Amino acid sequence: MSEQKAKFAELQTAIDKHKEEKGALMPVLQAAQGIFGCVPMDVQEYIAEALDTTLSEVYGVATFYSQFSLQPKGKYVIGVCMGTACYVRGAQKVLDRVEKELNAETGATTKDGQFTIQSTRCLGACGLAPVMMINDEVFGRLTEDEIPGILDKYKI
Amino acid sequence: MDFYRAQVLICGGTGCTSSGATNIIERFEEQIQKNGLDKEVKIVRTGCFGLCEAGPVVIVYPEGTFYSRVRADDVEEIVNEHLIKGRIVQHLVYKDKGHEDEHHLALEEIDFYKKQKRIALRNCGVIDPENIDEYIAFDGYKGLAKALTEMKPEDVIQTVLDSGLRGRGGAGFPTGLKWKFAAASKADQKYMVCNADEGDPGAFMDRSVLEGDPHAVVEAMTIAGYAIGATEGYVYVRAEYPIAVKRLEIAIEQAREYGLLGKNIFGSGFDFDLFVRLGAGAFVCGEETALMASIEGLRGEPRPKPPFPAVKGLFDAPTNINNVETFANVPQIIINGADWFKSIGTEKSTGTKVFALGGKINNTGLVEIPMGTKLREIIFDIGGGIPNGKKFKAVQTGGPSGGCIPSELLDVPIEYDTLTQIGSMMGSGGMIVMDEDNCMVDIARFFLDFTVDESCGKCTPCRIGTKRMLEILERIVKGRGKEGDIEKLEALAKNIKATALCGLGQTAPNPVLSTLQYFRSEYEAHIKEKRCPAHHCQALLNYSITDKCRGCTACVKVCPVAAITGSVKEKHVIDAAKCIKCGSCVEKCRFGAIEKR
Repeated sequence: MSEQKAKFAELQTAIDKHKEEKGALMPVLQAAQGIFGCVPMDVQEYIAEALDTTLSEVYGVATFYSQFSLQPKGKYVIGVCMGTACYVRGAQKVLDRVEKELNAETGATTKDGQFTIQSTRCLGACGLAPVMMINDEVFGRLTEDEIPGILDKYKI
Repeated sequence: MDFYRAQVLICGGTGCTSSGATNIIERFEEQIQKNGLDKEVKIVRTGCFGLCEAGPVVIVYPEGTFYSRVRADDVEEIVNEHLIKGRIVQHLVYKDKGHEDEHHLALEEIDFYKKQKRIALRNCGVIDPENIDEYIAFDGYKGLAKALTEMKPEDVIQTVLDSGLRGRGGAGFPTGLKWKFAAASKADQKYMVCNADEGDPGAFMDRSVLEGDPHAVVEAMTIAGYAIGATEGYVYVRAEYPIAVKRLEIAIEQAREYGLLGKNIFGSGFDFDLFVRLGAGAFVCGEETALMASIEGLRGEPRPKPPFPAVKGLFDAPTNINNVETFANVPQIIINGADWFKSIGTEKSTGTKVFALGGKINNTGLVEIPMGTKLREIIFDIGGGIPNGKKFKAVQTGGPSGGCIPSELLDVPIEYDTLTQIGSMMGSGGMIVMDEDNCMVDIARFFLDFTVDESCGKCTPCRIGTKRMLEILERIVKGRGKEGDIEKLEALAKNIKATALCGLGQTAPNPVLSTLQYFRSEYEAHIKEKRCPAHHCQALLNYSITDKCRGCTACVKVCPVAAITGSVKEKHVIDAAKCIKCGSCVEKCRFGAIEKR
């Protein structure tokens, strides 16, 4: 529980930093997403209170932007780029293979909590299409056959 | 300033960083140290060189040798041979296709760069973006100095107006006119905003400018702030661009230190400061009123115009919004004058445009060409044509708001108005090439899927209309298209275009309309003949086994519905009625004996 306490303390620091700025809610939510890995209801309530706004306002913003998630994500977040350049070079096959290998659908987290599969918007690495990211690491010029080998490195 | 006998420029753009540039830089530093060359050779991490296909890219000056697809293990050889012995490592030098024997090509001799003209990208890949001194050495902040000390705000606006510069974010509104409107609004507080929420899939021009030359944007925004009387500015950047955000923040910090941001810049009495705001993954925030709502900490929903931002914008104050690439042109226009800029490009579209070239093309990357260049020149001369001997089918410009242009229109010059006439648009500069294997109906479906996902839901035509269009397209690619579907799509498209609240909805039908205009027969083949001419749509394919079959039975074992029959060492047969078209047999077959058509 003390870990949770430390996280809220960290959030409070972020709130203090942004509180006086105009439009503080976005940077605060972004900080919360970074600290907790998601913005669950108790965090949203805390933010609403601290910024002197309503929970409905916070919830409205948190659910509008795809960067914020209400549920925790897996240890490794896999983002398969579904930008146009990647799509015409076969990104769908890459995504299908990731789903098949991990036995989970896009948007879902594997049962062991290790992987979350996402189809992302253009990562801007079109020269390397098709591209996928696992956390901050980028894999480019992919073929579907490379997927199992890449995933194996992350499996326990 | 220290002098070095050689400089090693390593591309630090996202493309090259993803393919290992950071390792290469570390290896160079290690090797330079080891050989005691640290006083003689300088390592510079630059922005994007543009030719992402050849990444990671390393250029060694003074020779200007262009090394491509460098691996960390090659670094030792480059240091030992090139930097110590002065011998160029020939096998790593980039070679143009068809000129493989011509070694030692310098940047400007390479086909990819020959037809380019760099204004917005002039410093990308040339300077260290994290060093303000390098920017200043390349005429940086000279435009700002000229504007603040020699020109009145109205002169600055007139110069930009005369230059004919139009918004590079897509719609092409004259920049000078926008500034004039914002300048005319009377208020105590005005804002200058830079739209760096580059959301078009397949577009990365703005990111490359921010990563490769962030000071150009800082300088331009300060000039623009002076012109309209704004003292504060915001740059709204996608959170997905961490390198761009970091370099922009460094640039702002350095500019503050040098007194190029803050109070009384150049002793002119003009104050200006800049702040960075991160987007949170909403495509609609590229629309200016939605972007402002997002900076205000609200849901990024657009609102009706008028009032235009120039009258009532960010925090209800008069606001001017321009895109990154538009800004990147401004310092050069101020330094060189309107006539210089007008001399480049065409009468109604002056200057240059940056395109992100991607998809089925040999040289993927970033190109900047004078307006008026033909699509054919970009795709075949600069882009090097289509890989694997495939046939060109279409080029998509303008992202989810644009359209697909067929081969018969490749000689159209690139201008705002000509592209709109042929059913596409300039857009922010994504240019995706498609070959004969790409199904145009599926591409239209792909873009609609994007729009439906990104629609903010505020207005009905966009929220519900695009969803209905997507449902029809999904039906067609799954082989369940009905007579009358095309007419329904056209009617929906017309109504959505006429009634949606913002640019996202108004342009969302364009990918469907343009593919209907130029590739109508593909739609008809899907609907009437239940056939995909590009052999792409899974549900419309028929699998059959050819004479290459050796009867190994591997496919029989993998087929989940037991649709394949045949005995060992004899040709197998697929029962089309049972086949669910999963493709497992194709993956398994070692002889390439299974055909999809």
